[in-house]
Amino acid sequence: MNALYTELQWLPRVPQEFSARLKALGDLAGSLGSEVQALALPALDLNQLTKLAKAMDKARAEGKLLTPLTPFRLAVLSNSTIDLIVPALVASAARHGIALEVIQPTYDQVVQEALTPDSKVNSSKPDAVLFALDYRALPLKPSLGDAEASSATVQGVIGYLHMLRDGIQSHTNAVCIFQTFAPPVETLLGSLDRALPGTLRSLIDGINRELTEFVLGSGDVLLDVAGLAETVGLADWHNLQLWNLGKFSFSDELIPFYADHVARTLAAIRGKSRKALILDLDNTVWGGVIGDDGLEGIQIAQGDARGEAHLAVQRLALDLRQRGIVLAVCSKNTDEVAREPFEKHPEMLLKLDHIAVFQANWSDKATNIQAIGEELSLGLDAMVFLDDNPVERGLVRKLLPQVAVPELPEEPAYYARTLAAGGYFEATAFAMEDIKRAGFYQDNAKRANLQKQVGGVADYLASLDMTITFQPFDATGRARIVQLINKSNQYNLTTRRYTNPEVAAAEADPSVFTLQVRLSDVFGDNGMISVIICRPMQPDVWGIDTWLMSCRVLGRKVEQMVLREILRHARAVGVQRLVASYFPTDRNKLVVDHYGKLGFTKILEEASGATHWEFSLDGTEPDPVPMNIIRIGFPNP
Amino acid sequence: MDEPQIFARLTKIFEDVFDEDSIKLTPELSAKDVDGWDSLTHIRLILTIEKAFKIKFSTSEIGKLSNVGDLVALIRLRS
Repeated sequence: MNALYTELQWLPRVPQEFSARLKALGDLAGSLGSEVQALALPALDLNQLTKLAKAMDKARAEGKLLTPLTPFRLAVLSNSTIDLIVPALVASAARHGIALEVIQPTYDQVVQEALTPDSKVNSSKPDAVLFALDYRALPLKPSLGDAEASSATVQGVIGYLHMLRDGIQSHTNAVCIFQTFAPPVETLLGSLDRALPGTLRSLIDGINRELTEFVLGSGDVLLDVAGLAETVGLADWHNLQLWNLGKFSFSDELIPFYADHVARTLAAIRGKSRKALILDLDNTVWGGVIGDDGLEGIQIAQGDARGEAHLAVQRLALDLRQRGIVLAVCSKNTDEVAREPFEKHPEMLLKLDHIAVFQANWSDKATNIQAIGEELSLGLDAMVFLDDNPVERGLVRKLLPQVAVPELPEEPAYYARTLAAGGYFEATAFAMEDIKRAGFYQDNAKRANLQKQVGGVADYLASLDMTITFQPFDATGRARIVQLINKSNQYNLTTRRYTNPEVAAAEADPSVFTLQVRLSDVFGDNGMISVIICRPMQPDVWGIDTWLMSCRVLGRKVEQMVLREILRHARAVGVQRLVASYFPTDRNKLVVDHYGKLGFTKILEEASGATHWEFSLDGTEPDPVPMNIIRIGFPNP
Repeated sequence: MDEPQIFARLTKIFEDVFDEDSIKLTPELSAKDVDGWDSLTHIRLILTIEKAFKIKFSTSEIGKLSNVGDLVALIRLRS
């Protein structure tokens, strides 16, 4: 088997002291989350994952807290034995910042669990349900050469999956996670199996295609198990002896690989995917050392084996940027020397325009990565740092453990593949706005520069020629609304995470006031930047359930305009008072005085730091900011 | 590989699989003597041994194992 995937080679190796630290876990005072995550970070094998999960269970049973890991309840419905997998899921989820609790119903009770209102799964209020089914769970009737019958079989299977989903969704608010199906290796006619309707291979191809279309349209989440099996090879994926021995649906050696993919999917659902890629230059982006080898000496040309390996890194970085990942450079170099290849080397794919922050100097890389984070208004846990030098990787891992630092193999040809295998940028949905995001951050850098040049903030804001658009939630905006609700950490007053079905419910409920806010300016369209949910508390009181904003429009006084808009709609339906809360997390200190600044009165401060506020509608509303206002889709304009 | 060497390596594997340092391996030791040696852990044990010794057991061999002595004999036969 390919060791990159069986041994999770993008992760650091398991340290000598793993067992000792695991044993010491029980003696630690306070919350265990950070230590558990540190223990989960390396490439643990199945036994080590199992031991860590056991230690986590024990800590939980003793009432110990796993904060700051994010709690997540996952129900797993399967037609195979998942007992070896469950502990691996729990430990792998910790690697991705999640305190996972798995609800595991009795073996092979998929339909009963999904459809019965008070089944173990439905009554346990899971955050998500994973349908960990393999092809042996499906009603597949081979119908060689009969296109009509095979199409009916495919539709039957899709109908079956729909039924499971509808069962879960009518009894819970859980997100449904569907797996594609890894086809068996064995063919009947040989190559023709792929083409001929009704063979197992062509049926499963058809099912996977229909399933992926249905998931894209429904707001459910996809786990491409067929893709995982293709990556490692079907013959290694399917371990027939293990299936016969105990109905284990794939090889034990691939459990850590599979579990990491489930974990990164859950992390993506919770908005924990990373947002920026920071690149070292020498021997990472090009072969050789620019300061020593000079512009002619570095290897970056097509046709040069070493150069093509580094071009592949550049191509991946560029593709990631195109789907919204911000790029930055962190290199120990003299600034002008480091910029030279970007400006003058004809074979370079990456240009200075693609790099949002360019840090080339002789300070240590941890300090520089911190500076990049500040410049981009992104947290360290949003960063991935790619560097060929193990010393630099070690330093950044030690000083900034929140930054993801993939291990790289000796051979540069595999740098790009290893980075991709790490799955740091996993997405569960795709909004067209993602494509523009890298540009947004870069525009922000331009705006920051402009801010330095223009004297006063007010003049600056006026010079931006901003247009703000207010709309209630709608189906078109929903994917982005769900994404913002689950991704925004810093400018988020309550950090309440809602799933697609929950957002759809708020959208449909006439008593709930919702707002999606867009902002454009002289530099371009920022897309959707703020989301508001107000729920009726008493006949004349609205509670602000959710108020979040994208940090890329910080300092633009958008929040003042948003409050004015809320007040306008509240007044129209006779609301007298707004009540609101701030719940502190380790990420949202930024908004500790959000309501104070907007003129709310603090009515209660809890020991936890949570504060509660109110705003009387006959009070003073914040001043307007020079912006054009557009309103779309409100029932009473 | 002689028997003491196999016992030494198996002891480490048992510690790892059962998450327990105090298991004293003897040829007579069997599932009923060890806390947590259920059918599932048995599979994990066998898989770990296969990987560590780079050998593969057949399904019927796995079924016939009744104690550590059988296991050691089988490993000697295979490696």
